[in-house]
Amino acid sequence: MNFSVVVSQFWPLLINGLALGFIYVLISLGYTMVYGVLRLINFANSEIFMVGTFATVIVSRNFFGFNQDTDPLSGFKLFFAMGACLVASMLVSGVTAVIVELVAYRRLRAKGTNRLASLISAIGVSIILQEGVRILTHSVPMSNPRLLRKFSVVTFGDVGIRVDTLLVIVFAAVLFFSVDRFVNKTLLGKAIRAVSMSEETSKLMGINLNRVISATFLIGGSMTGAAAFLYETVYENTKYNVGFSIGLAAFTAAVLGGIGNLRGAFYGGLSLGLLEQFAAAILGTQWKAVTVFLVLVMVLLFKPNGLFGEAVQQTRV
Amino acid sequence: MRLEIKDLHVFYGKIEAIKGISVTVNQGEIVTLIGANGAGKTTMLKTISGLRPVASGQILFDGQDISKVSAHDRVSLGISQAPEGRGIFPGMTVLENLEIGKYFRKERKNEMSEDLEKVYHLFPRLKERATQAGGTLSGGEQQMLAIGRALMARPKVLLLDEPSMGLAPMMIANIFRIITEINQSGTTILLVEQNAQQALQRAHRAYVLETGHVVKEAKASDLLNDPDVKAAYLGTGAAAAH
Repeated sequence: MNFSVVVSQFWPLLINGLALGFIYVLISLGYTMVYGVLRLINFANSEIFMVGTFATVIVSRNFFGFNQDTDPLSGFKLFFAMGACLVASMLVSGVTAVIVELVAYRRLRAKGTNRLASLISAIGVSIILQEGVRILTHSVPMSNPRLLRKFSVVTFGDVGIRVDTLLVIVFAAVLFFSVDRFVNKTLLGKAIRAVSMSEETSKLMGINLNRVISATFLIGGSMTGAAAFLYETVYENTKYNVGFSIGLAAFTAAVLGGIGNLRGAFYGGLSLGLLEQFAAAILGTQWKAVTVFLVLVMVLLFKPNGLFGEAVQQTRV
Repeated sequence: MRLEIKDLHVFYGKIEAIKGISVTVNQGEIVTLIGANGAGKTTMLKTISGLRPVASGQILFDGQDISKVSAHDRVSLGISQAPEGRGIFPGMTVLENLEIGKYFRKERKNEMSEDLEKVYHLFPRLKERATQAGGTLSGGEQQMLAIGRALMARPKVLLLDEPSMGLAPMMIANIFRIITEINQSGTTILLVEQNAQQALQRAHRAYVLETGHVVKEAKASDLLNDPDVKAAYLGTGAAAAH
């Protein structure tokens, strides 16, 4: 154990923790929004993330023809290439999420089956997507070409904060607050909130339930896709099972903040990101996953509604 | 507007809740369904709104059978409901609750201020509470909001499920006065009530329901003086009969 790093590397740990936390925030939107309207834990969301990482890498490698030897881009070219990867990732993840709902959940719902059936269906979809991609990629990891030159923006002692870390924080924050605003201010957003509060009364308002549910999956999925793009920008690598651990971490973040709750996902994601970074620095990186699951177990045991569940009830999706 | 329910049968699982009920509601009327708990009153309204599937029989709205039309599309045909227990969205403000009542209307933007004005005129209290969360309102205010929200959809027929439930006598009188006012401004009303006294005083015609059947159908004023109804649903007889 090494507590001195907390003091000596406080700022880098904080900023890197926030960056990781913001990636969790975006992915946990995929869990929390779907839970809000369907009371279903969409375990397939980790695979929605995974297909997003592949979309980013494939657009970069196969569409633009970049590879490991490509020099980092600059100016408009950089903006365009990264923008295209981002759009592709959001689109592929969003559309996959909508299709998953159509194929695996909607028909079960129409038959009036209980939630357990949907949950099992979610796990099934997750396995199908993961194994499908494993077969297609022959289990070989793919690396993402570096488009952005990763220089240090500021340095604390001998540790630099890289530009991609800051990009993650700024961009994810903008996305999160856009979604938050969308859900609170627009008519469709209000319909999503209405459905999460009462399905039956929503129908009496003339709300087409299936359409609102599809929209929810599209928004949650595309946010997860945006997270996948940001993840690739920082970590530059993906594999068929990339979604598993990060998906569980994001799910933990959603539970930590109080699942079904947008702002809960925000606080939960950031807390977990920071906790992971500091725990890894103090205890060693091998303890990272242990901390995450310890948190999940503790929250489920002692505060099953989440840390912020009560306080932010009003903002419930 | 004419709502005609013909020989309706509705099940909850294997239990038959509605066993062949026929009810007609004509333009401009207040029609009330009275009866004890479990008579099938709420199920009738839920089925008319499309929340419960029809096992057999017909729901004719202006002559067209709507029993296969989805619930949200029935709202755009002109059927709105203020449900039992009011169904207020607790985390939304009063104003948001009212806005969502107009969800499906394409003319939403143009109509909004005009209809809000109408609802606020009927229920001035809602205007005072406009920015407050729906869940923080009193029972009476929530009932006002439920009725106001249903009116935002500009319904041809308004279905009201137990608007007096759990309210203080003063508030009950107030709500029923406003129901008459809504009716007089041209909205047809189908009212489900356990408070038979108030319902029969306000309604034009009434049906008495018992365990999924219609046992009596008459002018409301006649039923007020009907000895059976008096004994079962009005005054002190109610406690003895049930």
